[in-house]
Amino acid sequence: MVREQVSLPPFQVLVDEHWRDVARLARALAGAVDGDDVAQRAWEKAFAAYPKLTSAKNLRSWLLTITARCATDLHRARRPQTPLEDAPPVTVAGPDAADWPDPDLWKAVNELPERQRFAVTLKYVGDLDHHGVAAALDTTPAASRRLVSDALATLRTKFGEDHE
Amino acid sequence: MNDLEARLTRLGGPEFKPPVMPDGDVSYALHDTPIGTMLLATAAGKVVASSFGDEETMTNRLARTISPRVLRQPARLDDVRRQLDEYLAGRRHTFDLSVDLTLATPFQRLVLTDLPAHTSYGRTTTYGELAGEIHRPKAARAVGTALGANPLCVVLPCHRVIGANGALTGYAGGLDAKRFLLNLESKS
Repeated sequence: MVREQVSLPPFQVLVDEHWRDVARLARALAGAVDGDDVAQRAWEKAFAAYPKLTSAKNLRSWLLTITARCATDLHRARRPQTPLEDAPPVTVAGPDAADWPDPDLWKAVNELPERQRFAVTLKYVGDLDHHGVAAALDTTPAASRRLVSDALATLRTKFGEDHE
Repeated sequence: MNDLEARLTRLGGPEFKPPVMPDGDVSYALHDTPIGTMLLATAAGKVVASSFGDEETMTNRLARTISPRVLRQPARLDDVRRQLDEYLAGRRHTFDLSVDLTLATPFQRLVLTDLPAHTSYGRTTTYGELAGEIHRPKAARAVGTALGANPLCVVLPCHRVIGANGALTGYAGGLDAKRFLLNLESKS
């Protein structure tokens, strides 16, 4: 029963500290309808994988990466024949304008190419740096920078100079 | 961060549902009692902790020693909490619980395992007598140290062990708690 592995904090600490971040990111990536399911699935996957982790560093980033992958899995399951990079934007169940902040921005983000949408959401909703975004998207920090930069350029064009 | 970036950080909405977690390898609850808040924990159906230690220290110890999948799941401790409440109300004299001394050292296990047999409800013994019971007659001080770090306070009744001169000497939950427990047992 005695374990001799990397010293990981109790899983409850991760839940207490990060469940809102996971929930917010899941909703931003998967929409109001599927977001809660994506978050729940992410926690189940994290719980299953936790004892085998070899490092206790960047646990928040690890959780958000799992969340992003669960959201990706959901999209791929709905569009199994199309590679992610070439895919047109998936219509994510939209926010209810009455209770969702900034529905115009949500709509604009939702219309971005999928990789850009994930990158910009991970960067700003998940508050990850480009290393964290890159890890979640299986790419490089430089590619993450480009994706976010392209996404912001598109959004700025849509929203005009006021948002520079 | 400009306005657009600030707006992006708020996408997702404010109302979230907390996750529903599966059973932890270790489940724990913080339980308020007349002698203070106790952290109770079970693993594989056995009680592994009944402690006055603080939540952070105890859960880290459980994570290190048993499994990092430690979750706060009070419902899994319902039976332990009920028995503890009954005991502290004077309605129960013994616990019907399986215990696991994983958190104890080998010497602590030697001291604690048969503690309920070496003491009985309402009766005290001394550190020296207990040392004799486990065939370590010169180890009274070490016995005291082992009892002081009892991971299963109240469930394994280290409060029934006192100094040879009758002094309460010490208790993880404080001397007031020890006094409460001995008074409770003497009245019932």
